[in-house]
Amino acid sequence: MTYIVNGESWTGEARTLAELLAALDHEGDWLATAVNGELVHRDDRSTFDLVNGDRVEILSPMQGG
Amino acid sequence: MLTLYGQEIESRLLLGTARYPSPEILRQSVLASKAGILTVSLRRETAGGKGGGVFFHLIRELGVRLLPNTAGCHSAREAVLTAKMAREVFGTDWIKLEVIGDHDTLAPDVFELVEAARILASEGFKVFPYTTEDMGVGEKLLAAGCEVLMPWCAPIGTARGPVNAAALKSYRSHFQGVPLIVDAGIGRPSHAAFVMELGFDAVLLNTAVAGAGNPVDMASAFADAIEAGRQGFLAGLLEPRDMAVPSTPVIGKAVFS
Repeated sequence: MTYIVNGESWTGEARTLAELLAALDHEGDWLATAVNGELVHRDDRSTFDLVNGDRVEILSPMQGG
Repeated sequence: MLTLYGQEIESRLLLGTARYPSPEILRQSVLASKAGILTVSLRRETAGGKGGGVFFHLIRELGVRLLPNTAGCHSAREAVLTAKMAREVFGTDWIKLEVIGDHDTLAPDVFELVEAARILASEGFKVFPYTTEDMGVGEKLLAAGCEVLMPWCAPIGTARGPVNAAALKSYRSHFQGVPLIVDAGIGRPSHAAFVMELGFDAVLLNTAVAGAGNPVDMASAFADAIEAGRQGFLAGLLEPRDMAVPSTPVIGKAVFS
């Protein structure tokens, strides 16, 4: 499976959003995720099936003004 | 006391968390500022979620109310999605809405701003819009559901202070009863005191503290200036006069000639 993760191509076995986060070693309850421009809630990641070419955004807290 | 969306906030300083020399200086600066609200942001994670986690924990430990922003967004669609993701991360429906329209001035795209504000307010967000001093835009933001307005006093990060004081004064007069926060362009404590003397309700700043020679001391200076400006406004300021007025009474003065 190949997805566009934070703007870069990623290929691996992950089939759900939760599996993708695990494969990327993303951890913690401070992440927010969106697929193809739509928010995917934390509780929905394990049942959210990805398809080839999906654009995934993974954001985390940063300093801001 | 400052009330924003029904929440009482003890300090009239909203402080940004970016560009500090170190996390420890950020922490000390926040404490010195006595800020009631801290602005934060979201960015793509590249380090397995751990980089953002360090900052997340530091901010949480400070125990100050958070105001996530949509910095860097250039369309209503981008800003709305970013706001939803911020709500997921920070657990607040407060959002500082930034929709940038110009790369050089970082001026807001007010058309996209109003549209984003309308969508977000309809979805339960408490929107804090970064806007210009244009009163027509302010009216449209209120109609869109905003209960707070945040006009700039100069472009972000310029430290130029209130470059259009007359417009800010008019803005304050026009929006009686609406909480107004001057956001962006403040460079010195005197700038902050000045806009507070005009009757603005609070000041949001970042670079003026983070970029100072001593951010912790500067944070303290801004806290004092904002409080002084507020007290000056409440006490009733004298209007400037064209002619001199002796402060010492002349009645009973000796006549030597």
